[in-house]
Amino acid sequence: MIETCDLSKQFNDFWAVDGVTISVKPGQILALLGQNGAGKTTTVRMLNSLLIPTRGWARVAGYDVFRDGNKVRASVGVLTEQHGLYMRMTGDEYLEFFGQVYRLDSKTRKSRRDYLLDYFGIAGAASHRIGEYSKGMRQKLALARALMHEPPVLLLDEPTSAMDPESARLVRDEIARLKSSQRTIVICTHNLFEAEVLADMIAIIYKGRILMIGTLDELKQKVLGTAEYEALFSSDWREESLNLPSGVTLTEQGASSLRFKVERPLEANPLLMHELMSKHTSLMTFQEVPRSLEQVYLKVMADAQALHGEALHA
Amino acid sequence: MRDDLYMVWLVARRELRDQFRDWRILTPLLILTLSFPLLMNVVAKQAVAYINQYGANLIVDRLVPFSVLIIGFFPITISLVVALESFVGEKERGTIEPLLSSPMENWQLYFGKLLVGIFTPLLAGYISIIFYVIIVSRQHLNMPEPSVFVQLFMLTTAHAILMVSAAMLISVQSTTVRAANLLASFIVVPVAILMQGESALLFWGNNQVLWLAVVAVIVMAALLMRVGISHFQREYLLGREFDTLNLRWVWKTFWARFKGDAKTVGSWYHFEIWATLRQLAIPFVIMIVMAVAGYLASYQWAMANVPAMLSHATAGDISDFVKSAGQSAGFAQQGVHLSALFIFANNVRSTLLAFLGGIVSFSVLGMLAYLVNVGFVGGLLGLVQLMGYSPTLLFVAGLLPHGIFEIPAQIISGALILRIGAVLVTPQLGKSMGQMALELLADWAKVFIGLVIPLLAVAALIEAYVTPMILTAVLK
Repeated sequence: MIETCDLSKQFNDFWAVDGVTISVKPGQILALLGQNGAGKTTTVRMLNSLLIPTRGWARVAGYDVFRDGNKVRASVGVLTEQHGLYMRMTGDEYLEFFGQVYRLDSKTRKSRRDYLLDYFGIAGAASHRIGEYSKGMRQKLALARALMHEPPVLLLDEPTSAMDPESARLVRDEIARLKSSQRTIVICTHNLFEAEVLADMIAIIYKGRILMIGTLDELKQKVLGTAEYEALFSSDWREESLNLPSGVTLTEQGASSLRFKVERPLEANPLLMHELMSKHTSLMTFQEVPRSLEQVYLKVMADAQALHGEALHA
Repeated sequence: MRDDLYMVWLVARRELRDQFRDWRILTPLLILTLSFPLLMNVVAKQAVAYINQYGANLIVDRLVPFSVLIIGFFPITISLVVALESFVGEKERGTIEPLLSSPMENWQLYFGKLLVGIFTPLLAGYISIIFYVIIVSRQHLNMPEPSVFVQLFMLTTAHAILMVSAAMLISVQSTTVRAANLLASFIVVPVAILMQGESALLFWGNNQVLWLAVVAVIVMAALLMRVGISHFQREYLLGREFDTLNLRWVWKTFWARFKGDAKTVGSWYHFEIWATLRQLAIPFVIMIVMAVAGYLASYQWAMANVPAMLSHATAGDISDFVKSAGQSAGFAQQGVHLSALFIFANNVRSTLLAFLGGIVSFSVLGMLAYLVNVGFVGGLLGLVQLMGYSPTLLFVAGLLPHGIFEIPAQIISGALILRIGAVLVTPQLGKSMGQMALELLADWAKVFIGLVIPLLAVAALIEAYVTPMILTAVLK
């Protein structure tokens, strides 16, 4: 469990994080999105009790980040922006070292080491110096280090950067598995697809402040407005008057397609489909017009930058 | 406790393993460690032969202890790089964050690294010394006593601990390896100067004083370690990315502390000076206790030892000694008129020197200067008693008139120095070392300018124009 209230950090005259309030429950993943320097890493460092908040408070795994620093750090697995690997150690030695640092007994250390090296497909290189590893292998080893002590809270900074698609999928699967085992997870990422696939909640940070936080659907609703649905027909649409359910409006009409804005899809869509099929028997598909997180993110950022008098590509 | 110490060992073992896998560290270390004793042996022989050409009667045997000291020192300076880059190097390589993110205590991390920092230079120093001793022992020279070797090993160990403790402090406070390496001169140069003094003691053959040097160096190293661990903040290692000299911030921080909330000079005295003086309450008491103890000790010493010393002295010697001791102790001199400006400048200079000594030694040198002053007073009054005069009368007539102002000024000044040392070795949460140093400097400047200087000025005027008259009247 992660809870923060008005969490803020000031460096000299600069507020790197300003009033962040979040709550992530066990079994939930929060994705922090934002430009470089937006305050994501500073937030994560405060959650890991590496930086002392200037204002506000945070509790991680039930411990206060200010008072119980060591207990917080013992409960958290961190994947840092830089992997932080010791190049002259072997992969095996590296995990063994951190296993000892986290005070795991030798039996647990061995089983965790073997499992993680095997899971991430680097068991074959376990006795090689880390300096000989590829970028992707290093990323996997750093992630294995974060998971070594099976922490209840995970703070992952760009967990799949530098990975090939296959490895990235492997890591996403592992994160999903950890989520299902009631871990509390925060991911900082620039990979919007990853955030879309994994996150239960998404927070967009700009200049240290959270501009928006919520589920993907909530963000889409807030930023892009009411969802649009498209009906495709196998033949041309005959001009017929439609008895649309309340909260539904026709927005576009093509030769063999219709688009609707639907305010309450759960209630209105079955009625709408029924109406369409009763008027036109050749209804082929009925689906939501795709709206990606990227659209949401770019719109939010554009609005924020406009508000700060900045051009999008300045 | 065993588990806690195991964490220290864990950090140290990993670093050692890393180091001994790096040929770029090992090779030069090995070459220099082994070649330097050979070079020293040749140079020592050449130097003795050269000096003896001119009629001196120097033998190589006399140079052996000195050579051992130098040979132990050089590998330490070379391998100091290990300690210098212990934290800042990891920061630059990006490996520090996972380590800081672990549940290890600050002291475990710090001492783990300190252990490695000390181990490598010491190992190199010891190997060098042993190698040199083997070379020398094959040349049929008169070797020094085993106790001298023990002392030399202790001195080498103390130097290593001192230098590494300072290097660790630099490593934690620096933001780049380059800056840390540049700052290393502030370690090597003072230790080299210290070694010159130790070398003089070696040639002089005063073993007791050399043992004191060993103890003093270890105390200094312990203070440095304490400062290092007190100001070791995970945040500091991650929070700053580069060294920038922000003069605006320096001035702002200093001025904010110096001026406080005061709007007028009156309110500055009333609130700011008074608030700083309140912080000096404990140091103030310690300074008074030290003054009384120092006075009594030197008085007793004078009473016990001076008669034997005086039995061999001429009347002229005694008169000269009393004059110079009196001047040092701040007594007015009958028949000698010094200007108020001269006395004032002299007192301000000695106060400033004590302050400078205090800040570079965590108060130790400042306290020493204070004790020496107090000791002079006690010693002189003891001497006066032995000569048949009344020490109380001399104190009241020759010191007290201006001492009413000068003694509090010296005590306040000493208390300021003591507080600087105490604060430096105490953890200050949420404050960088720079900020803390600036605040301490502002506190010192506040009291020095606002209180100590005016007190010394009044004292100088009285000492120049009033005390001599009183003293003359009383002695008549």
